[in-house]
Amino acid sequence: MKRLLLISLLLPLAALAAEDNYTLLIKDHRFQPPEITVPSGKKIKLKVENRDATPEEFESRVLNREKVIAGNSAATIHIGPLAPGRYPFYGEFNEATAQGVIIAQ
Amino acid sequence: MFATAIIVFREVLEAALIIGILAAATRNVPNSKRWLAAGTLLGLAGAGAVAAFTDVIGSLASGIGQEIFNAIVLGIAVLMLAWHNIWMSSHGAALAANAKSVARDISDGSRECSILLVITGLAVLREGSETVLFLYGIAASDSGGQTAMLTGGMTGMLAGIAVGYTIYAGLLRVPMRWFFEATGILVLLLAAGMASQAAHFLVQADLLPSLAAPLWDTSALLPENGLPGMLLHTLIGYDARPAGIQIVFYLTALAAILTGMKWARRPRKLIHPAAEDA
Repeated sequence: MKRLLLISLLLPLAALAAEDNYTLLIKDHRFQPPEITVPSGKKIKLKVENRDATPEEFESRVLNREKVIAGNSAATIHIGPLAPGRYPFYGEFNEATAQGVIIAQ
Repeated sequence: MFATAIIVFREVLEAALIIGILAAATRNVPNSKRWLAAGTLLGLAGAGAVAAFTDVIGSLASGIGQEIFNAIVLGIAVLMLAWHNIWMSSHGAALAANAKSVARDISDGSRECSILLVITGLAVLREGSETVLFLYGIAASDSGGQTAMLTGGMTGMLAGIAVGYTIYAGLLRVPMRWFFEATGILVLLLAAGMASQAAHFLVQADLLPSLAAPLWDTSALLPENGLPGMLLHTLIGYDARPAGIQIVFYLTALAAILTGMKWARRPRKLIHPAAEDA
């Protein structure tokens, strides 16, 4: 428990390190670009801009992230640090077309 | 249509399970059903409002307003469920005797009713707002096939309500001597699960360290999008890939509420129920 406390005290320091910014568009119920390559082991700030009139839910089970983005608006999602690998995500409200993947390397 | 049914089912299921469990747990509290129904209606109205202001909420706090909003709603729900469970463990025995006059005598019985109102209201508000947005998206799109999708939405909603009713009816069959233990444990786990979800949103907002993410991965064994995973997610807060801090929140809520329940059940010398708050 004590060690856990120590770790939790130290981690916000790591969070202070600058995050990399990435932007993702949603248009016609598709993600643009459908693939984003990011460095592994670093926190990522993903800005998702929904250019459709209808809302969408950014969801990724692998990343354990879910967020509703209203029509014609933007939202920020914090991700990582990630181990190298492929992390698929999708738009839950339009799963047939809205598919994408984050590649950490 | 099937995909629509699943999405709506998942959202409705959570609220329906919470309401089903609370309706059973408070079966002997006078007027509890009326308060639960009022909470549901208020929650639906609130869901509409939250859905309409999604863009406003989302843009607050530089883009993490939604996470903060969810965490606050969940946090309030955890406190209310904790209060409810502690209240039930001190008055459960009197209520079990099925003496409605006793229940009416309990001085803070009306407070318990307003707690029920808030819990159901929040549960419906949170789960309902996503459903409203989703269905709005379907209705607003001009892709055709809206009728099929709205039928799917209705199917999912009815299926969710059916599961909620099933757990309610099932709990009522539990023999009285185990009944309050059973519902108490269910509410306890609901609350702990919500505390873990609140932590999840705060990690997503980058306001809390994740402390190992994920701590484990059981998505192959028990995926969260399967029915057992979905049910366990609501009932015990199951997460296939939890962050370490979620477990910390889960166990802390569990321990705190259990302590409160133990404390409320401590032996007392008082005989008259009206003096219990002393």
